[in-house]
Amino acid sequence: MKIGQQATIVEFNIDTIPLKLLEMGCLPGNRVELLQIAPLGDPLYFTINDSHVAIRIETARQIEVTF
Amino acid sequence: MAEKTIKVALIGNPNTGKTSVFNQLTGLKQQVGNYPGITVEKKIGYCRLNETTRATILDLPGTYSLNASSIDENVVIELLLNRKDENFPDVVVVVSEVENLKRNLLLFTQIKDLEIPTILVINMSDRMKLKGIELDIPYLEAQLKTKIALTSSRKNIGIEEIKQRILEYQSLPTEPCLNASSIDPEYFDKLRKAFPNQLVYKLWLVITQDVNFLNLERNEMKSSFTKSHTELRRLQQKETIKRYQFINDTLKVGQTIDRSKAGNISARLDRILTHKIFGYLIFFVILFGIFQSIFDWSSVPMDFIDEKFAQLATYTATHLPPGEFTNLITEGIIPGIGGILIFIPQIAFLFLFISVLEESGYMSRVVFLMDKIMRRFGLSGKSVVPLISGTACAIPAIMGARNIENWKERLITILVTPFITCSARLPVYAILIALIIPEKHVLGFISLQGLTLMVLYLLGFGIALLCAFILHKVLDLKTKSYFVVEMPGYKIPMAKNVGINVVEKTKSFVFGAGKIILALSVILWFLGSHGPGDEFKNAEKIIEQKVYNSPVPVNPAVIPNWTAEYKLEHSYMGIAGKMIEPVIEPLGYDWKIGIAVVSSFAAREVFVGTLATIYKVGDQSEEETTIKEQMRHEIHEDGSPVFNLASGISLLLFYAFAMQCISTLAIVKKETNSWKWPMIQLVFMSGIAYVSALVAYQFLK
Repeated sequence: MKIGQQATIVEFNIDTIPLKLLEMGCLPGNRVELLQIAPLGDPLYFTINDSHVAIRIETARQIEVTF
Repeated sequence: MAEKTIKVALIGNPNTGKTSVFNQLTGLKQQVGNYPGITVEKKIGYCRLNETTRATILDLPGTYSLNASSIDENVVIELLLNRKDENFPDVVVVVSEVENLKRNLLLFTQIKDLEIPTILVINMSDRMKLKGIELDIPYLEAQLKTKIALTSSRKNIGIEEIKQRILEYQSLPTEPCLNASSIDPEYFDKLRKAFPNQLVYKLWLVITQDVNFLNLERNEMKSSFTKSHTELRRLQQKETIKRYQFINDTLKVGQTIDRSKAGNISARLDRILTHKIFGYLIFFVILFGIFQSIFDWSSVPMDFIDEKFAQLATYTATHLPPGEFTNLITEGIIPGIGGILIFIPQIAFLFLFISVLEESGYMSRVVFLMDKIMRRFGLSGKSVVPLISGTACAIPAIMGARNIENWKERLITILVTPFITCSARLPVYAILIALIIPEKHVLGFISLQGLTLMVLYLLGFGIALLCAFILHKVLDLKTKSYFVVEMPGYKIPMAKNVGINVVEKTKSFVFGAGKIILALSVILWFLGSHGPGDEFKNAEKIIEQKVYNSPVPVNPAVIPNWTAEYKLEHSYMGIAGKMIEPVIEPLGYDWKIGIAVVSSFAAREVFVGTLATIYKVGDQSEEETTIKEQMRHEIHEDGSPVFNLASGISLLLFYAFAMQCISTLAIVKKETNSWKWPMIQLVFMSGIAYVSALVAYQFLK
């Protein structure tokens, strides 16, 4: 994803995704927007389901999205 | 007339303004303590509802849901599951905020499932217009089966409404909003049959969390209702989806958002504050500003405290009848209390800045900027704050590590923070550098002495990162590594919240670490002013004899100094100094430096003072130069100077690395809740100090 791009969550690895992220609204069908990438390429700053959250790339990799 | 007390628990997501609601409800009528056995802060406040009723309000740690992922969150669940807990609330107040209502309601629906009377507070209502949000309160109340109080804690609106709702708590409906057990009816039916007296949702929480519940053995329950981790997670996911479905349906009718009105100041600020170049630039400018002000502003009250305590000591020394008790007061207790109070200005300023940065939402951005760099060293982006604070004093810095959720990252942060050059090292560095580094300039403008000081700062920071890296590889702690940081919208910090925070943190330092500093100062005083045997007792006579037998005439002015030195040499502390001489000799120190090193275990800055006593410096006004001169002229028996480049560098390294701060150890004990970690810290830091000092001395000798 590029900065400013939006996508829809399709699926994710349920064993490795922190539950906290699900509670923030990171669920299949919800919209995500990549707001910022930290200067060294990690972590990433998203809007998920109207919440503003930063997560590490390793976590973000576990989430599959479509555009 | 008997007074009625209603027990209230305040629960909510982080960043909803829960603490400001708490502060508005209770004012300064608060008590901060710890939950037994853990370092989670327990805040209880009191508030009068009407003439006959008052409320005890428990401010529970912020949590996103009833699925615990940290000890803070565990506290919330354990309390809500245990009706026998003395703090079990009569009524729960869930604090949510207008902009993130959807997410906030997740926690609300979970609490409703526990069938406890629950009030919903929708906070930050003053931002509704700005964000183009409208709410249909009667509809939401009906759907969510609760009473709603629309508030703005910032503007003190709606606080009376909350109080009124609390008073009427008995009329609140207790039925759940939705039926969570429909995610796997068969499984939940079995649960219901096995434990007919219990709420199914409670059982479900017990199964999915690591909490103990009543007398039910978790294992017993687990064995009959085992599901694999994945299956449980899948069910939890289903549960979360189901709750969001309900919330979305409710909000579709009950909430209208006009997105065109949503002015997006936060997004614009983010673009600058987390920018590749400007982000770091702004961060370092802010850092620099904080340092400047901490050192500049707090030097005035610190000098004032120092001076007043010195005056007080002189006053008591001259006005109280001479004797052991007076000595204890003037040489032990007063300097001891002064040693605690002198830290207050720096600590208060530091907490002021940190809580302003936190309240405004900027701290999350710093964490975001620094995470990648810090992670290489086993630290988290959140470790930046303690490491910065450590340049003032390790004590508030270590307390600041509390918000790191990952225990391993938090522990490493706590363990390495004392390596950072704190303000107490400065007087020691200053005098040693002046002694051994020539007052020369390289390249015409760089002062060699200034350069050395900077190298020492960098050395402290470097060794902190190095040790963090080693600890990261060595420590085998199983903690789930996750990093989810909410980036809250920017807000102007509220003076009341910041004020209460600064007062609470400072108080906690004074009463926590203060007791230990005081006790140790008294012990050190005793050891330095008492000694076994006749040599200590008869010091005056022995010196008199010496003067009498001296072949050359002795200036009578030096006699009290000689006596003091002789006494010190034969006091318990002097004996200890002599005893450790074989250990410190390879580092280039004699027994006098040994005493200074031992006594500065209480606090590093004691070093200069102790040497001043030992090297019999009488004149207070010229202390700095005279000590320096005395130290320069101090010679070994063979005539070589005691303080040369080798022993000086060795001492500098020792002070840079050694754990010589009893208050830091005390706070580490408090934060980790065991003596194990401070002891490990003491051993490894002193070990590094000893070895590096040894190597430096042996090489340079």
